[in-house]
Amino acid sequence: MSPSAAATIPELDLDPYASANLLDPYPMHEALREAGPVVRLKPYPTLVACARHEQVHAVLNDHATFISSAGVGLANFNRETPFRPRSLILEADPPLHTQARAVLSRILSPKAVMQVRATFTEVAEAMVERCVAKGRICGIHDLAQIYPLKVFPDAVGLEDDGRENLLLYGDLIFNSMGPRNELLARSAERVGPVTEWIMAHCRREHLRPGGFGDQIWQAADAGEITHGQAPLLVRSFLSAGVDTTINGLGNALYALARHPEQYARLHADPALARPAFEEALRWESTAQTFYRTAARDCEIAGVPLAADTKVLCLLAAANRDPRKWPAPDRYDIERRPSGHMAFGSGIHGCVGQAIARLEGEVVLTALARRVKRIEVAGPHTRRLNNTLRALDTLPLELIPA
Amino acid sequence: MPDITLILADGTERHLAAPDGASLMAAASGAGVPGIVAECGGSAMCATCHVYVDEAWAGRLPAPLANELEMLECTAAERRPTSRLSCQIKLGAELQGLVVRIPERQQ
Repeated sequence: MSPSAAATIPELDLDPYASANLLDPYPMHEALREAGPVVRLKPYPTLVACARHEQVHAVLNDHATFISSAGVGLANFNRETPFRPRSLILEADPPLHTQARAVLSRILSPKAVMQVRATFTEVAEAMVERCVAKGRICGIHDLAQIYPLKVFPDAVGLEDDGRENLLLYGDLIFNSMGPRNELLARSAERVGPVTEWIMAHCRREHLRPGGFGDQIWQAADAGEITHGQAPLLVRSFLSAGVDTTINGLGNALYALARHPEQYARLHADPALARPAFEEALRWESTAQTFYRTAARDCEIAGVPLAADTKVLCLLAAANRDPRKWPAPDRYDIERRPSGHMAFGSGIHGCVGQAIARLEGEVVLTALARRVKRIEVAGPHTRRLNNTLRALDTLPLELIPA
Repeated sequence: MPDITLILADGTERHLAAPDGASLMAAASGAGVPGIVAECGGSAMCATCHVYVDEAWAGRLPAPLANELEMLECTAAERRPTSRLSCQIKLGAELQGLVVRIPERQQ
């Protein structure tokens, strides 16, 4: 690449992983979006970043040029050893990705999700009922965390004991997609025993027959994938299926508590639960960032990029790009934000999105029916993570209907 | 800019000039055509942009890929031989005059 071409990319002295930017990413997102379609970050000279919706969408939908097998975090697996065996779906390209994706898509398809709807609804109603009885709750510990930790591992077919390992593992995986900073070091302290527990629970004898996990092993029996690949695909359920929905729900509760007029609309019409959850995903995206790697010399928005360059896609910034969304900072449950990037897009778009939406819908529906108002009962605290937008505590007062 | 016709579930016809290269889903949503939910935003992950392609046109579209076929099993309205996901139909000059029907429900 010629020096003049490189000079056309604006460089900003911003660190997406600095605590201040993890706590409140939005001023940084705006600066990145407004600087240009492709920007460089001074603290990370080997990468480029895209914060506008158009480019994030374009990069994610061109999987031949912007590959995933070199890692979807900051680390470049072409040059660094991955810290765990690569995911067969997240950190893979076609054709390897294709078969794994087909198996997971089928197990998590909208039709399969219909089968668990009644159970998921029942659990949501019971948990909301307990929260209403309590009145004053922590939105995270009393609802957003315990609900996905119950329903999803149940559907996968995991035993009850030791599920807190899923939280530790999720925290570790999503921290590992950032730099080797203190957040990663802290969550990596327990990596040994946690990884051991996770890998043990990917084995067939630990999975209830008929559950999502066992269905992966059945796909191996049918020859769609190998038996050696099966535990790695079960691992994808365990790393991506809990921390994501916990924070999606937590962020939705946060959004509704901070916007009483929106909650009033939801209470008046519980059928708005699904779009209210969807809009929360846009407004406070659980997964803030994912990376791709340029497979060859290429361009983004006319800006030349050298092969092997890491491309940081700021999903959360794209979701508040004023070029795409009118009044993007407003949480509006009737917006219908089709095309948001919270689940990614293209062939690597979240394969569990149907079940994530189901969880959001049934919890918000149960709340809308039973709770008249949600009041903020104290300051919330955040759990900083290199990839996830996560709350640690969220004190709320539920006023029953 | 192919001209396309969408027939809503109540029989109303909507005509629009779609930008080349856009998906039918994006063109219809962009024009505010009701009845296309497109929850997943165009990744063939949700089956809520289901359409029935007019019989005269059904054979002229590229065949659906495996991921679209998988999702077509999950449509809320009846699946027919002419069922497609509109997010997987890329519009171009060769689809000038395309006619599709929107089913009664997507969810």
